[in-house]
Amino acid sequence: MKPGHGEVLIAEGDTSVTEEEQRLIEEFRRQLDAGLWAAVPLACADGKREARMVRSFDDVPRDAERVIFFPRAAGGR
Amino acid sequence: MLLALVATALVAVALLSDLIIPRLDAAWKRHRARRQRAPTLLFDPGRERRAEQRARELLRSCVNEEEWAMYRDLGFIRVWGLQSDGPHAGGGGGAPYAYLIYPHKPIVAYMAQTRRLLSEYCVEFPDNTRPYGSAMLPDSDDVLAKWMALTGDERRLISTANMHLPGRQHDPSQVARDLWRLAQWERSRMRAAAERARSDASR
Repeated sequence: MKPGHGEVLIAEGDTSVTEEEQRLIEEFRRQLDAGLWAAVPLACADGKREARMVRSFDDVPRDAERVIFFPRAAGGR
Repeated sequence: MLLALVATALVAVALLSDLIIPRLDAAWKRHRARRQRAPTLLFDPGRERRAEQRARELLRSCVNEEEWAMYRDLGFIRVWGLQSDGPHAGGGGGAPYAYLIYPHKPIVAYMAQTRRLLSEYCVEFPDNTRPYGSAMLPDSDDVLAKWMALTGDERRLISTANMHLPGRQHDPSQVARDLWRLAQWERSRMRAAAERARSDASR
């Protein structure tokens, strides 16, 4: 998510392909190093939806379709 | 005679130089500034609107059908609180509570049964890396960011936010009205679902 842009595709790839997974890992780290938070939207069996906040690439479920990066929360006025 | 005039002119110039030189300098700078080309900033008036449209699609793909319909129809999303002791220590006492997420406004916590407002949580998602324009996310992205942070790590978001008593930014009567609208909206959805179930059963 970017102000003025909405959704921006950062990287995509297949985690079963080593090179692509490596590229995804590097991009993941770059985004977190830039101070962004990462979340994976999940669908539960009962139809409920929720997000899982992830802090490392290993936390991302293998079957996750996407990881959403968004600016870190800060206390507002 | 000529020598005297030249000498007088030189003295006059020397005496007036304090006044003349700054003016000449300023005039020269103005001249140079006028000749410099202003950088062309390609402002696209539809950019924010398209960003909001993309943000709505992203939000719709992340939340469930009920939450999306709630946001579309009412302008906010309700998220149930999951902490056993309420949003902050001693706040809920184990009773069910929920949050109302509004775009670019504080999150409101309230008791589900009594509709008593508990607190406002002011939280922002500022992006300071932007080259120009607004640092704020589109409305729907702001809602999605709050939704993800709340459902993903409620305690962390609440501890990050600045907590205030109800009424600081939200008008309590407006929130009460929103809760009433939410109840009406849920009733009408339940009625529609029941009618659908009846008509399916009669076929």
